[in-house]
Amino acid sequence: MAKKPKNKRRDFLQLSTVTLGAVGTAAFIWPFLKSMSPAEDTLAAGSTEVDISAIEEGQSITIKWRGKPVFIKKRTKEEIDAAKMVQASDLRDPQDDADRVQKEEWLVLVGVCTHLGCVPLGQKVSDMKGEYDGWYCPCHGSHYDTSGRIRKGPAPKNLDVPPYAFLNDNTIKIG
Amino acid sequence: MDKNRKVHQFKNPVLNWIEFRLPIISYFKKEYGDYPMPKNCNYFWSFGALATITLVTMIVSGIFLAMNYTPHTDMAFDSVERIMRDVNYGWLMRYIHSNGASFFFIIVYIHIVRAMYFGSYKYPRELNWILGVFIFLLMMATSFLGYTLPWGQMSYWGATVITNLFSAIPIIGEGLKTWLLGDYNVGNATLNRFFALHYVLPFVIFGVVGLHVAAVHVHGSNNPDGIDIKTNNDSVNFFPYMLIKDTVAMCAFGVALSAVIFFGPNLMSEVDNYIPADPLVTPAHIVPNWYLAPFYAILRAVPDKLGGVLLMFGAIAILFVLPWLDRSKVRSCNYRPIYKWFMMGFFVNFFALGYVGMLPAEGLYLLIARVGLLYYFGFFFIITPFVGWIEKPSKLPLSISDVYAKNIAPNIGGGEKGMPAPAMQKDTNL
Repeated sequence: MAKKPKNKRRDFLQLSTVTLGAVGTAAFIWPFLKSMSPAEDTLAAGSTEVDISAIEEGQSITIKWRGKPVFIKKRTKEEIDAAKMVQASDLRDPQDDADRVQKEEWLVLVGVCTHLGCVPLGQKVSDMKGEYDGWYCPCHGSHYDTSGRIRKGPAPKNLDVPPYAFLNDNTIKIG
Repeated sequence: MDKNRKVHQFKNPVLNWIEFRLPIISYFKKEYGDYPMPKNCNYFWSFGALATITLVTMIVSGIFLAMNYTPHTDMAFDSVERIMRDVNYGWLMRYIHSNGASFFFIIVYIHIVRAMYFGSYKYPRELNWILGVFIFLLMMATSFLGYTLPWGQMSYWGATVITNLFSAIPIIGEGLKTWLLGDYNVGNATLNRFFALHYVLPFVIFGVVGLHVAAVHVHGSNNPDGIDIKTNNDSVNFFPYMLIKDTVAMCAFGVALSAVIFFGPNLMSEVDNYIPADPLVTPAHIVPNWYLAPFYAILRAVPDKLGGVLLMFGAIAILFVLPWLDRSKVRSCNYRPIYKWFMMGFFVNFFALGYVGMLPAEGLYLLIARVGLLYYFGFFFIITPFVGWIEKPSKLPLSISDVYAKNIAPNIGGGEKGMPAPAMQKDTNL
C-alpha cells in the first residue's frame, strides 16, 4: 500500500509509541531475568584452603569448593611420565601436561565431567579408573588420563583446573 | 453490546438470571450437552477426558503436598520423609502424586498414539495438534522439575545432567546454564526456583488444555474412520452417550491407578532416590523417569555432546510439523494399508527406545538405540512424506452411518453397531 504524505505524522507517532513501549517493557523485564542469576552471596562463596601434608604419593583427596568436588592428587613418577609422553596435538582438547599443573606432582582438578556434569570415578583405590588410568565417568563412559584430559567418550573438554595457589609446601588455596 | 442478542431461555429463573449476564450455561449446554460426537468413536476417544481428570488430580494432590514440603536443600528430603511417615494420609497424597505423574504420561502417550494412528492431526485440526505437542512439552518440563523436589540422589543427578544439556549450546551455553540454576551447580537457588515453577506450570498446562479443547470443539472430534460428520445420523450427543462412555473408561482407569498406588507404589520409581542428594557422589547409573527414557536414549545414542542434545530436542520439535510432513488426504490408518504398518512400527520403536534408555548405553543396547534413532527420524522425514508414492488407500465409506449400513466396521472396538441412529436434537433439559 502506497503511503500518502499526510500519513507521515501519524506513522511517526505510531512508531515512536511502539518503540518506547518496547524499550519500557524490556527495561521492566530485565530485573526479573537478572534476579535469576547467581546472587552476591553465591558469588562470594570464594576460596578454600586445604592442608595437603598428609597426602601420600599416588593418593588423591576430594574437597568441596563452590559446591563442586575438587580432586587433589599427588601423582606418582609413572603417572607424571605417562601424562608427559602424550602429544598434545593428538588430543581432543589439546593441552600439555605442563600447562595443567604448577608443580608436576600435584594435580588439581574440578571433579565434574565436562559432558553432563557427573562426578568421575577414580578417587578411591577400588574405583574404575578408565582405559587411561586417570578417571572414568560412569554416566556416559568418558575416560580421562593422568592429567585429567579427555581421551575417549562423549565429553568435549578436559577436566577443568580451578584457580589455585600454593601458600606454602603444605597448603593449597583454591579459588 | 449487541441489543439484538438472543438470550437462551431456561425453565429455571435463576439460570435465566445468570444467562442474561454471562451466557455460560448455554455455552456448556452447547459444548458438553448437545455437542455432536461421531457415533463410531471407540474407547481411544476417552483418553482426552482421562488426561483432564488426571491433571486435576495432580493439581489437587500437589497443593496438599506443598502444604508440608520445604524447598530447602537441608530440609527437602526430610520433609518428604515426614510427609510419608508423620503427616496424616501424607503417604497417600505422595503416592497419588508420584504414580499419577506416570499414569498421566501413559494416558497422554495413548492419546498421542490415537491422534497419530487415526490422523487426528490433519486438516482442519493442525492447530489442535500443535497445542497438544505444546502441552506434552510443558508436561515433560513440569515432571522434570517435580522429580527434583524430593532431593534424593536421582533428583539431584537427574537435574544436573538435564541442566547440563544447555551447556552444550555454543558460546552462551555455560552462561545460560548458570542463569537457569542460579548457581554454578544444582543448589538451593535451583531447588527454590524449581519448586516455584513446578507449582505454577500445571496451571499454564490447564490454560493450554482449555485452548486445546476449545479448538477440537470447533471442527468436532475425529473418529476411527477419519471421515467428517455429514448428517445427524452420523453423530450422537455428548450428553449422555459420551459422558457415560467416558465414565466407564474413568472407572477402569481408577481401578488401574488404585492398584498401583496401594499394591505397588514404588514400581515406577528408582530406589536411589531414597538416598539423600550427595553432590560429591554420582550414582553408578543415572536413570531418567521411564516416560522421558525414549528421548534420553536418543541423547546417548549420539557420540557428540551438542549433536546428542540437538537430536533429542529435535525429536520433540519434529512433532510440531507432522501435519505438513504427512501429505495424504486420508486420515485414518485403517484405510492406509502400508503406512499403517510403518505407524505401528513407529510405536514399537518408541517403546524400544524407552526400554534401552533405562539401561546402560553400551554394546547391544547402544546399537538398538542407534537403529531406533534412525527409524524415529526416518519415519518423519522419509516414510511419512513419501509413502504415498507406493501406497493406494482403501476406499473410504461414504459416511459414518455407511460404515454400519454395510456392516464392514473396520474400526477397532466398534460403536453401537446396528443400532438405529439416536435422535440428535433431544433436549437435555438443564
